[in-house]
Amino acid sequence: MAQRLVDLLKNQFALAVLETHAQHGDETVVLDPGSWHEVCRYLRDAPPAQMNMLIDLTAVDYPDRDPRFEVVAHLYSLHHGHRLRVKTRVGDQSGDDAAVDSLADLWGSANWMERECWDMFGVRFIGHPDLRRILLYPEFIGHPLRKDYPAERIQPLVPYRIEEANEKIAPFGKYEGMPFGRQTHQTVITDGSDPELFPESVDAHPSRSH
Amino acid sequence: MGELAPKTGKSTHVMQPALVDGFATTRLQDLLAWAQKYSLFMCPFVTACCGMEFMGVTSPRYDLSRFGAEVPRFSPRQSDLLWVVGTITQRQAPVLKRIYEQMAEPKWVMAFGTCASCGGFYDNYATVAGIDKIVPCDVYIPGCPPRPEGVLDGLMLLMDKIARGDKRPAVVKPRVDPVDLPTHGLVQLASKKRESVA
Repeated sequence: MAQRLVDLLKNQFALAVLETHAQHGDETVVLDPGSWHEVCRYLRDAPPAQMNMLIDLTAVDYPDRDPRFEVVAHLYSLHHGHRLRVKTRVGDQSGDDAAVDSLADLWGSANWMERECWDMFGVRFIGHPDLRRILLYPEFIGHPLRKDYPAERIQPLVPYRIEEANEKIAPFGKYEGMPFGRQTHQTVITDGSDPELFPESVDAHPSRSH
Repeated sequence: MGELAPKTGKSTHVMQPALVDGFATTRLQDLLAWAQKYSLFMCPFVTACCGMEFMGVTSPRYDLSRFGAEVPRFSPRQSDLLWVVGTITQRQAPVLKRIYEQMAEPKWVMAFGTCASCGGFYDNYATVAGIDKIVPCDVYIPGCPPRPEGVLDGLMLLMDKIARGDKRPAVVKPRVDPVDLPTHGLVQLASKKRESVA
């Protein structure tokens, strides 16, 4: 069904469409990054397309490829009920100059999704109204979903505690958690006749018994 | 301030020379600890899916008020026990630390569930691998999420530690460790398998 759309794009933007393919019936169009915004605007506004919903926008890091990143957008038309996946490829091996036009002026949902994409992959969106990190904190250095981000690197905001000697003894006691509440008070209820507990008889101090 | 001197032997004696009246002797620290362990006002710091199980624990069915621990105070300044329920991210760590610092002594911290205890399977850039990296923790309750019975075990363990003046952290364990039972199901199956192979 979306094949008509692909043919339409091929006719309208012969230079911008780099390649097309379909996976399980989902049509995909790979665009030139310079035409990214123009083609998307056409897809939103042209009567045969009317893609009025941007479902998802994210990126994929292929560290061996050049350009390195693939920005992926999933479009849906509520009028026609058809879908299209559009991709574009940006960025060199270092990933520093990965940038593509923002779609935030076409679909409101692109705003936060592009912020997430910047946060996780470091792809800049030119013309975005407010390109800040959205999930991570501003102090974070780097972009964690890039394949070259070390898997074990953490960037704590609070310095980790240094455990004091008696605060954490591992392994914990063998019977920890089992005899709870049973060995606590060692309360003894007695009538005062136990000579070990009461060497002096209670009767010798009648004032104490009251 | 929440700390008790180590003690030896029997501390509390109730003497009943007559049937109608009597008196008791104890240590002041024991009396304070006895009061503290039955009035644990909670400050819930609920961040993730363990919160659903936490709601179950605080429901009438499990009846936390039996332990005097049912009253939530959503201000840390009025709380004794900080329940950290769920995953703590690096971004949330300063908030948790600040909440903890706002609590007045004596105070205790409960790590509810695996994520709060050690990070669980979130071994990544975003997650704090256990709240004891940020704040000292008294009782760890494993489980993903823990059963309410396990949580009650943890609460009673904490009360026990308060009464004993034991400041070391503790972890809730199953009542019966399957490893200790040679005839337990899984262990038995494994040994039978080995025999059949041999």
